[in-house]
Amino acid sequence: MLNLWRFISRYNAFFFLIIYLTIALVLLIRNNDFQRASTFNTSNQIVGSVYQEVNSINKYLNLALVNDSLANENRRLHAMLKTSFMDDSLVTNTVTDTIHKVKYEYILAEVVNKSINSRNNYITINRGSKQGIKKGMGVIGPSGVVGIVWNVSENFASIQSVLHEDTRITSSIEGTPYFGPLVWNGKDPRIVTLTDIPNQLNLKPKTRVVTSGLGVIFPKGILIGTVLKSGVKGGGSFLDIAVKLSTDFYALQYVYVIKNNFQTEQETLEEANKESLNE
Amino acid sequence: MNNIIKNIIRYLVLVLIQIFLLKNMVLFGLNTPYLYILFILLLPFETPNWLLFLLSFLIGLNIDLFNDTVGLHACACVITAFFRVLITSITVQKENYESDPEPTLAIMGFRWFFFYALVLIFIHHFTLLNLEVFRFSEIPATISRVFLSSLFTLLLVFVAEIVFFKKRQRK
Repeated sequence: MLNLWRFISRYNAFFFLIIYLTIALVLLIRNNDFQRASTFNTSNQIVGSVYQEVNSINKYLNLALVNDSLANENRRLHAMLKTSFMDDSLVTNTVTDTIHKVKYEYILAEVVNKSINSRNNYITINRGSKQGIKKGMGVIGPSGVVGIVWNVSENFASIQSVLHEDTRITSSIEGTPYFGPLVWNGKDPRIVTLTDIPNQLNLKPKTRVVTSGLGVIFPKGILIGTVLKSGVKGGGSFLDIAVKLSTDFYALQYVYVIKNNFQTEQETLEEANKESLNE
Repeated sequence: MNNIIKNIIRYLVLVLIQIFLLKNMVLFGLNTPYLYILFILLLPFETPNWLLFLLSFLIGLNIDLFNDTVGLHACACVITAFFRVLITSITVQKENYESDPEPTLAIMGFRWFFFYALVLIFIHHFTLLNLEVFRFSEIPATISRVFLSSLFTLLLVFVAEIVFFKKRQRK
């Protein structure tokens, strides 16, 4: 016992380190959503990759069965092809109803807190679930895209800003059909990178980069920024485009939260696609 | 007694400077100085370990409360305190000094203080910024931020040390 005590008091700095570090780490992981999410995600990733390996072996063993069922389905589908029927139908016309329905509504909100200098930045606004704000809505400022609603309380909402490593906003070069995700590399809060744009495009600086209108979050054509410079990433066939953000996060005061009235409908539809794929 | 008051004042001044001034200072993108760890650097040598760890933890937590990052700065500060114990136990022999030595630039000399400050600042910034990012794959990208922030902090530490040590000598 005496020896144990002597040992502990001799290396007391080490034991103090362990005690206080444990307290600090517990506080860190319990109270900060980002760290909590990534701790659990890491463990999920390990479990998930194990399952994936097991699944790939199982898939191979079942090949004969799957082949049979696919051949069966092919037979059934062939029987349903238009060429399998006699064509005696009449041509019909449809009339499109042209009354406009409001697709996007905008909710004005004031910025009450924001961070810009961290690796993952958030903005807090003074509108919440009472005012109709829900998780996943898009947020724009007076001069361009700001971020996506992340967490909502009754009267406040926090926004995961464009300056966050998990934010991916699908954007395109104005006037072209090409689109790609916009990512922030964590270095300069004024510059983001647009990837996945094919490299046959000859881009001039100051070309406008806008939202693509794909997905349910942002309407088409909202300004994100202007092209600063573009270049091909070593050996790839896609451009890496540096985009200067049009939103000045330092000066951001008022934002608009975008409410998409057709969001649920579109999402339910796409969810159904995924489910039928999984079956 | 004099020593205790001096350290309390230093604590308050450094925390206030960090919260109201340095938090908003950004150099070359994302590099912020964290001058408040000067408090941990300058605690006297005779501070017992339990007090050193407690104070480091408290000042870290204090900064955390104002930054909405509970535990982040506290973690980095506790690790810094541990390395302070290691470095001082290796490099400082108390018998060589007549009066009680203090880890300041004036008493310990430029070479020792530079090494001491550089190592501790680097360790603090390394743990702090990596815990903030919390991802192994981004460590290389974070390193450049660590270096630039460390240089920035080191510069401020020396400015503070030189300014205040001159004043004390005149009295």
